[in-house]
Amino acid sequence: MSRIATRFEQLKGQGRTALIPFVTAGDPGPETTVPLMHAMVAAGADVIELGVPFSDPMADGPVIQRATERALAKGVRLADVLAMVRAFREQDAQTPVVLMGYLNPIEVMGYAAFSEQAQACGVDGALIVDVPPEEGHELVTTMKAHGLDLVYLLAPTSTQDRIRRIGEVASGFVYYVSVKGVTGAGHLDMADVAEHVAAIKAMIPLPVGVGFGIKDAETAARVAQVADAVIVGSAIVSRIESLAASPEQIPAAIADVLASLRSAIDAA
Amino acid sequence: MATNADNSHAVRMEPGRESAYDLPDAAGHFGSYGGMFVPETLMHPLEELRQAYARCQSDPDFQAELDADLRDYVGRPSPIYHAERWSRELGGAQIFLKREDLNHTGAHKVNNTIGQALLARRMGKTRIIAETGAGQHGVASATVAARLGLECVVYMGEVDVARQEANVYRMRLLGAQVVAVKSGSRTLKDALNEAMRDWVTNIDDTFYIIGTVAGPHPYPMMVRDFQTVIGREARAQMLERTGRLPDALVACVGGGSNAIGLFYPFIDDAEVAIYGVEAAGEGLQTGHHAAPLCAGKPGVLHGNRTYLMEDANGQIIETHSISAGLDYPGVGPEHAWLKDSGRARYDSITDDEALRAFHHLTRTEGIIPALESSHALAYAHKLAPTMRKDQSILINLSGRGDKDMHTVASHDGLVL
Repeated sequence: MSRIATRFEQLKGQGRTALIPFVTAGDPGPETTVPLMHAMVAAGADVIELGVPFSDPMADGPVIQRATERALAKGVRLADVLAMVRAFREQDAQTPVVLMGYLNPIEVMGYAAFSEQAQACGVDGALIVDVPPEEGHELVTTMKAHGLDLVYLLAPTSTQDRIRRIGEVASGFVYYVSVKGVTGAGHLDMADVAEHVAAIKAMIPLPVGVGFGIKDAETAARVAQVADAVIVGSAIVSRIESLAASPEQIPAAIADVLASLRSAIDAA
Repeated sequence: MATNADNSHAVRMEPGRESAYDLPDAAGHFGSYGGMFVPETLMHPLEELRQAYARCQSDPDFQAELDADLRDYVGRPSPIYHAERWSRELGGAQIFLKREDLNHTGAHKVNNTIGQALLARRMGKTRIIAETGAGQHGVASATVAARLGLECVVYMGEVDVARQEANVYRMRLLGAQVVAVKSGSRTLKDALNEAMRDWVTNIDDTFYIIGTVAGPHPYPMMVRDFQTVIGREARAQMLERTGRLPDALVACVGGGSNAIGLFYPFIDDAEVAIYGVEAAGEGLQTGHHAAPLCAGKPGVLHGNRTYLMEDANGQIIETHSISAGLDYPGVGPEHAWLKDSGRARYDSITDDEALRAFHHLTRTEGIIPALESSHALAYAHKLAPTMRKDQSILINLSGRGDKDMHTVASHDGLVL
């Protein structure tokens, strides 16, 4: 069983909802990321989503765009992100790590080379934002052959047909985008989220995470009532941005943010 | 103008003329290029767009409305002009210009925005968004939005807003909101990212008019189809004027919409050589250029797989061209396919060569061309002397140079 599946099994046994923080790898600099990952685990993160910087992040809102620009300015590339995961694994063999990014850096590295190195570094899966199942056959086959999970987005605009189709290729968990928009957008309509998550769960036998637009502990608690995982990105990255000039304070500050999300989710 | 309303599956050719060329496939692929590399939120809206477009293709009312607009509003058909003085001087092939510069708004861009805006209205969308580099597509989008009474937002890189002030003012006069994009390299590619972000957020009421033959399926096909009016007219005009097809076609390629519009109806005509001309900027060897087909590699950007300007890690790199309309790190996927298949040949022209051609056409024929089109002119200037006098070259003069006065003057050390 994959590390992701194992983690969700454990949580299910405990009756808990997963907390999945997203941070951009190498933001504000490469030395921050690994200590930050450990601090997030200590503060209650169940899975870590690590953003791979790309020059043209078309699905991301301004907060994550700026994080990407900070990381790229420090020269952080896909190979560096893989090295960060390898360093993280030296002290943490349990917490699943999912890469989130865009196809082109993987395309240039080569699907086989990427999959081999990701597996060797201890990556558990990837969510490649601009690869729908229609375009992903070769990539999915190669990644799965290396034991990597393929996490897919589902959107408010996904039809029943599309949900079914994504269910056929997704593994690990699926990620419901709770608003029409980019990362960090708008406020979410809870009734709408509950309805969509229920529809997805009826068709796909995987845990369902909800993200995009979860800005505070209160929203996280409400989402936790309907989802298997609460995914928080822009709210964390925005706090990192505010501390970009004093990066040594980032792990502790983000641990505080996660601790409050964790207790709100567990109380829900 | 030819209409063939029964031909719902393909681009309208002349009546009775069937094409063996049938790309893209149903999923938008031109061989290994094209496709739909977009976030999940856009997959269903793109499918709705594909279906709506297919309905319009087979709807005689839509086609009649489009044809009437192209005639009465754009001023089509645009003429072909025999550049006799220039041809004589070069001493080789006879040069003909397809005069897209005479269209309303001054370039070929409006052929596409008219079509997409009519489609937007049929889909019940009330808001138009567009990306623009030099501002020509933005102006053409703002123009049709004004005419149809649609709200219009144009995304433009902050760098381009500063260097294309006149077009920004034009768009504002037409009632459009121009948003200066401050992310990334603050140029056309970032404007496209921002327009995609707007679309994903406002899908219910918004239609995204992409200005070139790039983006996810069905855009490369749809924009091509709207632009093929150029090649359909030109093919018939050349047959009428010279009694035969041209020996060579030449067009500049940024995203490649004017080029594919000219090339497409000639793809089956094996005797017609096809040349696309990219921007070599300061020279391919300097790295400061915008020539992905000549010096780039295949990759995935903005919803499709195509040739790109990228670094060894797959990050998109900044481009350079004196012509803002060619300053883009990708190219339409159909051009990638035409290159690999050998049906078209792609070459490049530097800033300096394009500027010389700009001045030369202006002084020789009394036509001031756009800097984009000047790349095609410069290439033909080299090609014509290698051909016989009884042969012909058809160049797409895709736009007029009024918008480039400041750029050319400043290059000559003048401030207007």
